Order: sequence, then structure tokens, then C-alpha cells
Amino acid sequence: MMIAPYIKLVFAFTLLLTSTLSYGDKVVHREKSLYQNIVISEEAGKRCLVFSVKRQQRNQTCIDINDPSHIVFPYVRMTFAGLLVNPKPSRGLMIGMGGGTISSVLTSIYPDLTLDLVEVDQAVVNVATDYFGFKKTDQIDVHVTDGRVFARRALSRKEQYDLIILDAFTGEYIPEHLMTVEFLENIKRLLAPGGVVIANTFSGSSLYHHESATYSAVFGPLFNLKMRGTGNRVIVASAADLPDTETLMANAEMLQPDFERYKIDLQKYVPRMNRDPDWETDKRLLTDQYAPANLLRDR
Amino acid sequence: MPTKRRVKNWTVLTLAFTSGFIIMSIELLGGRVLAPYFGSSIYVWGSIITVFMVALSFGYLIGGHLSLKSPRLSKYGLFFVAAAITAVPTILFGDAMMDWVFLRFEDPRYGSLLAAMLLFFVPTAILGMIAPYSVRLLVEETHHSGRVAGGLYFISTLGSALGTLLTSFYFVLLFEINEILVTMVIALACCFLIAMIVDRKVGTTVETEVETEVETEVGAK
Repeated sequence: MMIAPYIKLVFAFTLLLTSTLSYGDKVVHREKSLYQNIVISEEAGKRCLVFSVKRQQRNQTCIDINDPSHIVFPYVRMTFAGLLVNPKPSRGLMIGMGGGTISSVLTSIYPDLTLDLVEVDQAVVNVATDYFGFKKTDQIDVHVTDGRVFARRALSRKEQYDLIILDAFTGEYIPEHLMTVEFLENIKRLLAPGGVVIANTFSGSSLYHHESATYSAVFGPLFNLKMRGTGNRVIVASAADLPDTETLMANAEMLQPDFERYKIDLQKYVPRMNRDPDWETDKRLLTDQYAPANLLRDR
Repeated sequence: MPTKRRVKNWTVLTLAFTSGFIIMSIELLGGRVLAPYFGSSIYVWGSIITVFMVALSFGYLIGGHLSLKSPRLSKYGLFFVAAAITAVPTILFGDAMMDWVFLRFEDPRYGSLLAAMLLFFVPTAILGMIAPYSVRLLVEETHHSGRVAGGLYFISTLGSALGTLLTSFYFVLLFEINEILVTMVIALACCFLIAMIVDRKVGTTVETEVETEVETEVGAK
């Protein structure tokens, strides 16, 4: 009778051990940051950045160890579809860094692009540098601060960007103040004429409808890009009118040579950039006053 | 007489429960209120919790002092209405205040600390005065004072727990922040009315015998 609890304990422990081992063959680095648990694991030639691994594997970003230019995740490749709206960006803002892959690709394709890279967690900047080959160049300014705070400061400095990428959502937790009408209004006012906003988010929960409705309330018509085999979707919005399909295709053809070596097929995205809302448009908007994004996601 | 005393005691306990509920509900919403200006980083929570703790501690001190002078339920009610009134500017001018702070403080740590101070210090300090004053209204004999205080903390802290839970699990999903805050203000105003009505009905005679006792106790220390 006395032993039963211990057996349970041992059982629970074994379960914990096996579950942590199963997500990646080899844990290269493990770190508790101020905001999250960061784990770098290697498996089958891939190195992955994982945030919080308790319940299930949630790879935030992965690189191919033998070929770092190969972008493993489809949703990361999909981000570049936003460039079809503005193919020649000169000033970029990126909120949320991940492994730094997107910023590295952008700055190598656009040598004249300057990029403000905002990441709340210094530890993410560190692992991106140490494990994912992120290099801070003259083109990139890294700002370790909250995205909302940075955007508000940028607005009071009257900054303008023609490329804004919102990629601050880990699988575990959504920063709710980065998914509200007020925040997106702030982002919209930072957009230069012809500028584009690209948001990397999820589909497949009731939050999808709220989030889509919120983006479209601020930006009007959106491109909504979904691809088979990924639960992510990419929202592409613009301060100006959205370009027609011919323009998108022409831009895709123009940009394709640069993206060839990253194995990104921009033309493939054009027909999948959907202009028609496929969400429930009557859903309540997310605002600073009403922002239970994490609760809505679990519904 | 005992019935009147019971009515008074239950009134005090109910109001203390409500104030515990409201304190934590507002504290939780504080994080939401500050996030658009200062982010939702750990230091924002640090600022809010610090401000609430300091405000409450001063509230306890002042509330204890105020309870020395002819305590009665109608005065007790004034804490609630004062908290309600001082919470109104937070709702009406919160954004203007945070704008002001944001433009003057580059570092979001000190910005959030000052903003939390401006928005929440005064109403929270007033709500803090309620606890010691409640003890004073409930204590009838000195040697019971520990038990009375224990029961009071039990009730008001349970109120805090429930305020935390309901706000974070359900209220934020159903209502806007300002709707919740306005409801809290109305609830505080209702507490004031209840205190006034009960005071009118049962009077404060029960206190007189205790007063001398406690004062000698205080004097002896």
C-alpha cells in the first residue's frame, strides 16, 4: 500500500523522460529564458528551435544542417509571398525573430534593404546567432524589446517601412496585445505608400475567424495564403489597393531567380493567394479592450 | 441586539469579500491595461504587483489609524465610495496618462511602474483601508481579535481568489476591460449604499463597549 505512490511516481517520471526524448533525437542546447523554455534539438540532419516542449513537439524553426539555405518549413517559405505585393522593399520591420532565417534570406536577396528586427527575448537572439547561423550585419538592427512598445516608439519617431513582417507567435502562447485593432492601426500607420504587411499565423481554431476579421477591419481586403500540409497561414495586407493577379504573377517571375536557391517557388503561391474571406465575418474583433486570443484559440 | 450584531457582522464580511474580489480583479486587468503601452513582459507584472502591494500596505496603515476614531458602518461605507470615485479617472483618462508617461520614459520598466502608480495606487490604497477597519468593526472582545482577524482574512482572501479566477477565466472572454472596470465601480458604489442602509437600520451601538477596551489595549503597548 505504501509502495503504490512510488510506483506511480516512477511511472510518471518514465513517461516524462520518454516523452521528452521522443521529440528530438538529440538535445543540443536547453535554456530557460525569461519568457519561455528554449530547446535546440537535432534530428535527421535538421536542427530545430523549439519553444516549450512539455505537451507536444512544436518546432518553431528548423534548418537543414548540411544545407542552411534550404528552408525546412513551408510556412516560412510562404512568408515571402508577401513580396509579390511589394517586390522591392527598402526598409523592413520584423517583429519576432525565430531562428533569424527570414531576415537572413531577405538581407541576402535585397542588399539595399535595412531591417529593424524586434525580438522580446534576448535568449532567442542568442540561440539564433549560436545555432542558426544568424549574422547581425550592417543591414540589420536588432532591438530586444516588446513589439508593441517598439511600434509605438517608431510611430512617434514617424518611421516608415515598406515591408512589415509580424511573426511573434509561438505555438504555445500568443502575445495578445499584438493581435488587436489598435496594434494593427499602429502598424498600418508605419506603412510607407505601397508597403506590405505580412503576418504569419495559424488557421484551425475559432481564433482564426476573430483574427481574420480583425485584420480585415484594419487593412480592408487581404490576401489569405494557405498551403496544403501546414496549419499555418499567411496574411498579406497592404496600405494601398491589393494588386491584381497579373501583377502578382509578373512580380513572381521577376523575383523567382533570386529565390531559386532557397527552393522557394513564388509562382506556386499566386493562385493560392485568396482574396475572398473564408472566415466568419461576423466574429467579434480583437481590441485592446477585448483580447482573449489564447482563450479563443483553445475553443 | 444579537440579531442586529449578526446583521452588521455579515454586512462587514460580505463587503470585505467584495473588496477582496475587486482588488484582484483590477490588478489582473491592470496587466491588460498597460500592455498596449509597455508590453506584457515580466517587468510589467512586476510594476503592477509592486504598486498594488505598496498601495495596500499604506492602505492597511491608514485604515488602522482611521479605525481608532469612533468606528461605524457608515464611515466604513465611505471607503467604498471613495475607491469607486478614484477609480473613475483610471477608466476615463487611463490612456491619456499612459500616453504622457510613454512619451517621457524610454525604459518600459520605469514607464510601467509610473503608469501603474498613476492608474492604480490611490483606489487600491483606499481598498486596503477596508481590511483593518473591518477587523475593528467585527472585534467585540480583545481576546477574540485574532480569531476575528483570521476569519476576516479568510473571507476577503477567498474573495480575492474568486476575483482572480472569474476575471482571468471568464470576464475577459465575455466583456471589454472597461465594462468590467465600470461594473467594479458600480459594485463599490452599491457596497457604499448597503453600508449606509445597514448603518441606518441597526445603528452602531454594538461598538461602544469595545472601544474603550481596545483603546486601553493600544495605550498599554
